[in-house]
Amino acid sequence: MTALGKLVRTTAFKIVAVYLLVFALFAAVVIIYLARHTQQLVVAQITETVDAEVRGLQEQYRIGGINRLVAVVETRVTQPGSNLYLVTTYAGAAIVGNVDVPTGTLDQTGWSEISYRRQEEGDSAKQSRALVRVFQLPGGFRLLVGRDFEERDRLRQILAQPARWAVVLIVVMGLAGGIFVTRRVLKRIDAMTATSERIMAGDLAGRLAVDGTGDEFDRLASSLNAMLVRIEGLMAGLKHVSDNIAHDLKTPLTRLRNHAEEALRSAKSETDYRAALEATIEESDGLIRTFDALLLITRAEAGEARKHMVDFDAADVAKSVAELYEPLAEEKGMKIALDANAPLPVHGSRELVGQALANLVDNAIKHGAPADAGTKGEIRVIARRDGGRMLLTVSDCGPGIPEQDRARVLQRFVRLESSRSQPGAGLGLSLAAAVARLHGGEILLEDHAPGLCVTLALPARAG
Amino acid sequence: MRELAIMIPTRGERVTMRLLVVEDDHEAADYLKKALREAGHVAELARDGEEGLALAIDGEFDVLVVDRMLPKRDGLSLIAELRGRGNATPVLILSALGQVDDRVTGLRAGGDDYLAKPYAFSELLARIEALARRGTPQAADTVYRVGDLELDRLSHSVARAGQEITLQPREFRLLEYLMRHAGQVVTRTMLLENVWDYHFDPQTNVIDVHVSRLRAKIDKGFGKPLLHTVRGAGYMIRDGAR
Repeated sequence: MTALGKLVRTTAFKIVAVYLLVFALFAAVVIIYLARHTQQLVVAQITETVDAEVRGLQEQYRIGGINRLVAVVETRVTQPGSNLYLVTTYAGAAIVGNVDVPTGTLDQTGWSEISYRRQEEGDSAKQSRALVRVFQLPGGFRLLVGRDFEERDRLRQILAQPARWAVVLIVVMGLAGGIFVTRRVLKRIDAMTATSERIMAGDLAGRLAVDGTGDEFDRLASSLNAMLVRIEGLMAGLKHVSDNIAHDLKTPLTRLRNHAEEALRSAKSETDYRAALEATIEESDGLIRTFDALLLITRAEAGEARKHMVDFDAADVAKSVAELYEPLAEEKGMKIALDANAPLPVHGSRELVGQALANLVDNAIKHGAPADAGTKGEIRVIARRDGGRMLLTVSDCGPGIPEQDRARVLQRFVRLESSRSQPGAGLGLSLAAAVARLHGGEILLEDHAPGLCVTLALPARAG
Repeated sequence: MRELAIMIPTRGERVTMRLLVVEDDHEAADYLKKALREAGHVAELARDGEEGLALAIDGEFDVLVVDRMLPKRDGLSLIAELRGRGNATPVLILSALGQVDDRVTGLRAGGDDYLAKPYAFSELLARIEALARRGTPQAADTVYRVGDLELDRLSHSVARAGQEITLQPREFRLLEYLMRHAGQVVTRTMLLENVWDYHFDPQTNVIDVHVSRLRAKIDKGFGKPLLHTVRGAGYMIRDGAR
């Protein structure tokens, strides 16, 4: 596309062109109106002059008859820039005057517009237009008085010339302005295009220029920049996740491979081989679990489970999960206190909510403190309603999670230093968070002083 | 180190089953056939959905093991066709898709059980054997008996050697499920599925703790243990002495 073609195709240029057309038409209308009006004024003036002249000559005729009239006309025609005069007999023969008029002009009394030729200038005299009045005198004579349109035409000329220039000027200036404005717009659009191409090529840190004028381009650039910041954040998150996947899947894979190699190299007896193989299976089971959890999170986040959502009682889930983990908690020296009295109707996946809650209770057992001097070693599982939300809360008496780490632990594979020694892949809370989002709810982490209080908040079933 | 002999529990009253494995991955199919033969069963193989359907219609199989994604005819359509023809042979669906909603679709299509790949062979075997037992008169019995242990499903009472044992409702259901499959291996996930109705992987040893509680109630103080741990597989309730 040529530079001009690109320019002409822009929206700004099209708008300029339309405005230009409208303004040119408007200017033309104004000029035409003014011209008409002034012409009417001039014509009115001519009429008045001619009327006065006719009245004067009538008076002369009344006083001195035809001779006096002829004498007066004769003097008048000699004056420069005189009016047009013609006096004829009843038969139509000219007595005195300074014009040749087309035959028949004098047959009709009253106003008419005619072409004429001045007598004294001979045949070379140019034909002009004039407004004339024919008047019948009492003696059968006819009197013609007229005035040239010269004045009107001169005025028209005076007006028409600048008017044409004005229209030309409007068009030229408009076009120039349009091109100027359009080029400015194009320049900014081109800059934006160039930046976005750079960003698409992989430079996610690139930002659009904001020049601080606060115009529409600035606003657009600002919101696009905000979007880029978000995308960059998401990409960083994705990179973090894939780095973690690489780490959390490769570490057990490496161990698995090491076990197999070790067995091949140094196993002496069947027992050694068996132990190595069992370790291998154990490692791969762990890998499968991590994989399953990841897949489950991805599927929950993609919202696929929405197809199979049913109505169920969240309090019932809390009861069954608490009951499932109760013996395990007791074995670890803790106890589970359940508070789930009223039914909490929820529309969703009982299975996923159950698993999310199981993860929370599992975490509470892993990280909570057993009953000893300091704590009661109690894990509280509470199912209650809070307005339109159903809250499933699990709290423990363990060390809790420092406030600055709370948002972070909901991410995939994030394991705080303090829990590195515990089994698990750091996916439990991420799954709970994904399940909450799937249901249109959220996960809340609060201080239980001491300990952690995690709440799975789900919207109540509608209707 | 005889305890290390995992996977295949030795059982007195072993019944040889005729199985059909419909699986397009040759290596997996051959492995299954071999492992099932070692477990004392006879397995036939089909490589695609059409062959599987033809064999399933003609052959008298105890259980069908059907992969979900198959060439020519997918596993779910195979099952639907089979059910449409009035064939009620129990079907275990194998699938790389293991999520809750996949399971629901699989069971709705007419499958009886669903196992996600990759699986432990012991899990597969336990589930196949549990399926084969289905529909046998024992499931309808009102009283289950293993040795001197008695469970009455109507009165919800349990007694061993004539001595009443008090169980929590969940413990009762756990024992009921174990006794319905007496002599068979029952895995942890099978227990979580059938007793608690959850299908997720019990990450920690939650089930083990429940079983040992139950064991303390029904075996402790009585001469002969009935509830056994099958290493690497799960649990089995049986009268060891026969």
